[in-house]
Amino acid sequence: MEITAQEFKNCNLFKVQGRVDSATAPEFSKVLEKANHDGRFKLVVDMSGLEYMSSAGFRALLAAQRNCKRFNRGELVLASIPARIREALELAGFTELFKTYNDSLEAVGSF
Amino acid sequence: MPISTFPARFEFLDEIRDFVARVAHEGGFTEKAIYSLQLAADEAASNIIEHAYEGILNASLQVTCDMQNDELVITMRDTGKPFDPSLVKQPNLKAHLSKRQIGGLGVYLMRKLMDEVRYEADTRTGNLLTMIKRRG
Repeated sequence: MEITAQEFKNCNLFKVQGRVDSATAPEFSKVLEKANHDGRFKLVVDMSGLEYMSSAGFRALLAAQRNCKRFNRGELVLASIPARIREALELAGFTELFKTYNDSLEAVGSF
Repeated sequence: MPISTFPARFEFLDEIRDFVARVAHEGGFTEKAIYSLQLAADEAASNIIEHAYEGILNASLQVTCDMQNDELVITMRDTGKPFDPSLVKQPNLKAHLSKRQIGGLGVYLMRKLMDEVRYEADTRTGNLLTMIKRRG
């Protein structure tokens, strides 16, 4: 797993690549928590380079979404979700918890 | 029958997924089905490492993956605490964000992705999880 971060005026963009599983999800969580800690609650997760995500990654997204949405201070949105990962997110009932965008530019522009 | 023993650590989930993918590929499963099989195997192994082997170091996990006629049969044997997936409550997938449970999702995905999930607890020979997927 590799995460690259980019800060915009209105939101932060995180491009996560590779595989997110029980081994790598804690690091993914840490990156999102750090953004919250720095007072950033409008987050875009770009999944275009993501090959695999297990429920450990879903849980990281859920925890971050809860923290972002608290006090109406922001929201975490997803961009460019690969088909297989979208199917698993749907199976887990997660797609209704996140706004999704076709690409990260559209997602960044939504804030 | 392909059989492999892995250290019961999250760092080896990659290799468990690769092992399952190799057998499923040879067995003629589609790429979409292979992804589902990898996910189910990952969730099963993650639960064993996290729950059955909670607090135990240097444990191992024996995995078999085999085509039997048109079915892929995955087994995982551990010597940890019994962790019966059938006793895990199904998460409420319609719950509001704040009420969503963090646990139970892995077992739910295993059941949804596989045709059959069986579990036999045995403290002497080890706990045995069997997961079966028919080739569509």
